[in-house]
Amino acid sequence: MDKFGFTILKERHIDYDANDKCIADYIASREPGFMLCIECGCCSATCTSGNFTRFSLRELQILIRRGENDLAREDISKCMLCGKCILVCPRGVNTRNVVTLAREAFQKNMNNAV
Amino acid sequence: MQFDPFVIPFNIGLYFILIYSVVRSVRWFGNLSRPDKLRLQRGFFGRAFGQSLREIFMESLIHRKILKSNFRLGYMHMSLAFGWFLLILFGTLEADIFGEKHLNPPYKAIFFKFFNPEHGRQGFEAVYSFWMDLILAFILSGLLLAVIKRFSSGVVGMKRSTKLRPLDKVALTSLWLIFPSRLLAESFTSGAYGTGSFLTGSLGSLLAGLMPAQEIAYPFWWLYSLSLGAFFILLPLTRYMHIPTELFLIFARNSGITTGDKSGAFKEIQKYSCSSCGMCIDACQLSFSADITNIQGAYLLKGLRNNENVSDIAFNCLMCGRCDIKCPVGIELTPIRMISRRAGETEQVKSSILKEYLPDMIDNTPVKSNGKPSYSWLPEEEPGRAEVIYFAGCMTHLTPAVKNSMVRILNTARVNYIFMDSSGGACCGRPLMLAGQDREARELINFNSKIIWKTGAHTLVTSCPICYKVFRESYYLDVEVVHHSQFIRKLIDEESLRLNFLRKKVVYHTPCDLGRGSGVYEEPKDVLRHVTRLQKTDFEDEDSFCCGGSLGNLKISSHDKSRIAMDTAAALTRCKPDMLATSCPLCKKTLSAATETKVADIAEIVAEAIAPAPVKKKLTDPLSRIRETVRLP
Repeated sequence: MDKFGFTILKERHIDYDANDKCIADYIASREPGFMLCIECGCCSATCTSGNFTRFSLRELQILIRRGENDLAREDISKCMLCGKCILVCPRGVNTRNVVTLAREAFQKNMNNAV
Repeated sequence: MQFDPFVIPFNIGLYFILIYSVVRSVRWFGNLSRPDKLRLQRGFFGRAFGQSLREIFMESLIHRKILKSNFRLGYMHMSLAFGWFLLILFGTLEADIFGEKHLNPPYKAIFFKFFNPEHGRQGFEAVYSFWMDLILAFILSGLLLAVIKRFSSGVVGMKRSTKLRPLDKVALTSLWLIFPSRLLAESFTSGAYGTGSFLTGSLGSLLAGLMPAQEIAYPFWWLYSLSLGAFFILLPLTRYMHIPTELFLIFARNSGITTGDKSGAFKEIQKYSCSSCGMCIDACQLSFSADITNIQGAYLLKGLRNNENVSDIAFNCLMCGRCDIKCPVGIELTPIRMISRRAGETEQVKSSILKEYLPDMIDNTPVKSNGKPSYSWLPEEEPGRAEVIYFAGCMTHLTPAVKNSMVRILNTARVNYIFMDSSGGACCGRPLMLAGQDREARELINFNSKIIWKTGAHTLVTSCPICYKVFRESYYLDVEVVHHSQFIRKLIDEESLRLNFLRKKVVYHTPCDLGRGSGVYEEPKDVLRHVTRLQKTDFEDEDSFCCGGSLGNLKISSHDKSRIAMDTAAALTRCKPDMLATSCPLCKKTLSAATETKVADIAEIVAEAIAPAPVKKKLTDPLSRIRETVRLP
């Protein structure tokens, strides 16, 4: 393989073995709508916080579903829960509950670690 | 000395409950904050005292509020409460007048017939026994309704009855047993002695003909005493704790104590004042539109009383405030729910049976969040100075028509204003508060407050009732906060706005946060009456519905949301209006998805009605006639 010059870029690498899906499971079990997301990005387009920063709910959703929680942890606190994303979501995902549950899950996770 | 061992259970129960009520009241008083204590003291020796006595008579005994809204249900409650009160009052008088001496112990009055079986043969005595029988019949008729209600709540005009826990059922059974056992005990005694009036007398003579009345009466007197005793002993652990608590609540409320936004003694008092009557369940749109019937105020308070984890209940609510209005006890359900939503408030606390009798005040210290504040990245803003600030709010940015109309109105009226979030500002903070995250909300509040201070404005106009409520209640600002409907009315009154009359039939939907939440009912309707034909609906003002899109509910699915929106829209458009008007961008968004009728915000309607400025005609210009728009009369 080395001969062909292909290599795995570390930043493009999704390591499903190392990733931890506990947060995604926590959310999905309490808010089944979480799995309805088609990652269209309407929520990010309308986001109040996204107006100030590069916070994107779509990105968060992808990261959490993949299990890359460390990347999501920082961003999740930026949401203002204003609820515009619910109104624009074509799939009817209860995004506010997703964010609240994600915060809750991170909180619990951290408490356990300490 | 007249005495019989069967009165012992009653005596134990009675003295227990009297002492217990005093102990609990003293504890509640001790737990009140210092200003509240002063308020209560002042209220107790002031005008509030008479007011409270009147309210106790009208609401706790007569149940005026329930009678007004539902006669059969009100009659049921009244006959049990007022009837029992009359029975005690006239029973005491009876024992005092006809007994062997004055000032008897309570059991002499309650078991008067047992100790004075010969009473009531003729003259005034017979009239008095007739009156006592009448009261008993009054109570029994209510009891019959109550029993039927347990099996079929439709009989008293209720859609649903509250689900009870086992201990409540035991207490309920003992309460139900009290009056029939009194009836039978008195009847048998009357039958044996040939006394008694139309009820006990005739039933007694009938029964005496069938069986030995004298011997059978005694066990029924025991049953009567036992059921009274059991009811009193169980009362503190069940929903019947509302009977003594409500008295305290009425005094506290009339003295000016409110729930506020912290867990405290007043919340505790309200928690125990709920009788689980189920009025809130029938008022709740989640119950009749979306079949969610386990989260209403009665269940929240029941969960709180039993130290259960109420987080699912607390968050599954539209916070529309319909139950607050309907609650016959006047419990502030929505503020209590807000408190229950805060972090650390919903944790479960285990307690023993002794603890249940004298529960501790739960000291809830909010869970400390990890890391630094979440919105420190918000930029510093340097707005210009102006007299009026216009804050559109997040939801208004989703409905640009409202925003643009407001800009047009403000420009036309030549208002010196600043559009605070023209390029999309921060959220007002109420959605975070509704999610129980007050600390985070405070950061947004500070951010917005800073901008408002810098502008030096005297009026803040907002288009969104959600923002309006939080600006008024949680911001410490030196500006007058008005909703755009109020501001437009002011402009019309000042004649800064000249409006045409639109020939349209319009129905107005009152948004929850503007109407029940902030008490703004008339201004939007005045504006609409000015420009359109406003029609009346059955759901005006306090009875208005929630559109279902409320940010208050974090748990509701989009399917249930749209069911509520459909029902609301259908109810409002029953008289086939040309337009459904509202004054909330969120309501507009939710309702327009649920109905064929055009939904418009007040600002849009007003902007449409703006009369063109009078053009100075140049008489010399031959084209002026052609340029002028032709208007039909």
